[in-house]
Amino acid sequence: MKIMNCPLNGPRNISEFAWGGELRAMPDPNTCGAHEWADYVFLENNTAGMVREWWCHVPTSFWFIAERDTVSDEIVRTYRATEVFKDRVEFKTAPLPGEPGS
Amino acid sequence: MPFGLLKYGLSRKHPVERHFPLPTELKPAYDVVIIGAGGHGLAAAYYLAAYHDITNVCVIDKGYLAGGNTARNTAIIRSNYLTPDGVRFYEESLALYRTLSEELDFNILYSERGHFTLAHTDAALRTSRWRAEVNKHMGVDSELIYPDDIHRLCPSLNLSHDVRYPILGALYHPPGAIARHDAVAWGYARAATRRGVEIHTNTEVIGIHEENGRVTAVETTKGVVRCGLAMQAVAGSSGRVAKLAGFRLPIKTIPLQACVSLPLKPFLDQIVVSGSLHIYISQTPRGELVMGGSTDPYGLYSSRSTLDFKEGLLGHMLELFPFLGDVHVARQWAGMADMTPDFSPIMGLTPLDNYYIDSGWGTWGFKATPVCGRRMAELIATGRVPDILYPFRLERFAEFAQVGEKGAASVGH
Ligand SMILES: Cc1cc2nc3c(=O)[nH]c(=O)nc-3n(C[C@H](O)[C@H](O)[C@H](O)COP(=O)(O)OP(=O)(O)OC[C@H]3O[C@@H](n4cnc5c(N)ncnc54)[C@H](O)[C@@H]3O)c2cc1C
Repeated sequence: MKIMNCPLNGPRNISEFAWGGELRAMPDPNTCGAHEWADYVFLENNTAGMVREWWCHVPTSFWFIAERDTVSDEIVRTYRATEVFKDRVEFKTAPLPGEPGS
Repeated sequence: MPFGLLKYGLSRKHPVERHFPLPTELKPAYDVVIIGAGGHGLAAAYYLAAYHDITNVCVIDKGYLAGGNTARNTAIIRSNYLTPDGVRFYEESLALYRTLSEELDFNILYSERGHFTLAHTDAALRTSRWRAEVNKHMGVDSELIYPDDIHRLCPSLNLSHDVRYPILGALYHPPGAIARHDAVAWGYARAATRRGVEIHTNTEVIGIHEENGRVTAVETTKGVVRCGLAMQAVAGSSGRVAKLAGFRLPIKTIPLQACVSLPLKPFLDQIVVSGSLHIYISQTPRGELVMGGSTDPYGLYSSRSTLDFKEGLLGHMLELFPFLGDVHVARQWAGMADMTPDFSPIMGLTPLDNYYIDSGWGTWGFKATPVCGRRMAELIATGRVPDILYPFRLERFAEFAQVGEKGAASVGH
């Protein structure tokens, strides 16, 4: 069995985790164009080698970050998302039609 | 033919026919370079040579002939997809498959078995009904059947309610078939090389030269070859090769595993699939049970096998066929599947003018080998995207116009 180290729960069987895909910077949804947004949503680096990606420990719904080699399947490091995201991400939504500023 | 066989048996030489010419040196230039000698690349080369008279073609592969997913798949062929675009496309492939042995003069062991997609929940029944209606509208033989008919058609299946997920119904697709996967690739390779196409194996593409938005040459481990145009058909390596050409794809490379049992007496004529249990099974003409499931839970560039896969698969298999409890697994393997977000392929134009792509075949591309080869060849020869390929263009993602086939492709193969 493959073991992954959850920053919250310690070493666990990999079957307890869900893969969340690579970590990437989100463009501002209010200012970016449809093309840029589609790139962000769909296009993948699909890197062969070291990657930084989201993982979730499903039983506790705890999301964190793992560094993993996608060729050797080695998990090099796992850590809390707070190591990368120092500030809270605010999701400002675009104004609805009819609202001021729409 | 029987006479020829007799002569062969009595002769002392037992001459063996060479399927492909001996390898030669790469030429400095070709009209068309195809990257990837899997079924798709070889089929495109064949149709270019046979239907469009374009024979100055070179197919390059980093490994041995058709040793990628073409060698690893479980050979299920069907057209009972969910979207009209998907159904039309795969149905054309079935039509080509039916006559492929004659066309290539190479027996691909095409065998129509009948394909069952089992439904264990109301939601799965609803999707089956939806698929059946779309299929029938498109002229594809497909219907929703219930346990009494399932039992009549496939008596070895366990229809008891004393299981975790009782069977409520099935989408039945009589034309569902299997074929010998290696033979499909070898047949195309032989027919293509006979018409002058060159195949270079053990030659990896490591760079793509570009000038003013056009590909000028392909760099390989055996030197640089110039080309009029190029096409990539590299399945699990799609992202890596596209990166050489300077663009990214909406593709994740995720392993897909499969296994076979020791041979048993024939008892299962049909192909049985369960999307809810994440398994599928068929019996080869040699008697082995070919079994597979869904893709691995995370992306990886590796074809390693895992115990998790086998345990999960076989646990569910015993619900459908409890009497297989004592049967041994003979082999287990994996391939690298190029998965798209909408479970449909990506075919056609790319950001480079004379560079074409055939990718995103994930877990379902073997069945599409003939149609894809034929239509990609048409695109290359005429420069126009055939209508049947248009829905599968790379640009669909930027246009938010996906072709959602998850309900028909996830564990459907
Ligand atoms: C376990 C498994 C079961 C499957 N079951 C089914 C099924 O039942 N039905 C179905 O329809 N489909 C199935 N599939 C999917 C199907 O196998 C593939 O979609 C299909 O074979 C893809 O064919 P291809 O020719 O595009 O790719 P491949 O056969 O993988 O060929 C690609 C080739 O490109 C070469 N290559 C890669 N990078 C380079 C490079 N840089 N330079 C040169 N060459 C390169 C590789 O060596 C390889 O030979 C299954 C796949 C797997 C793994």
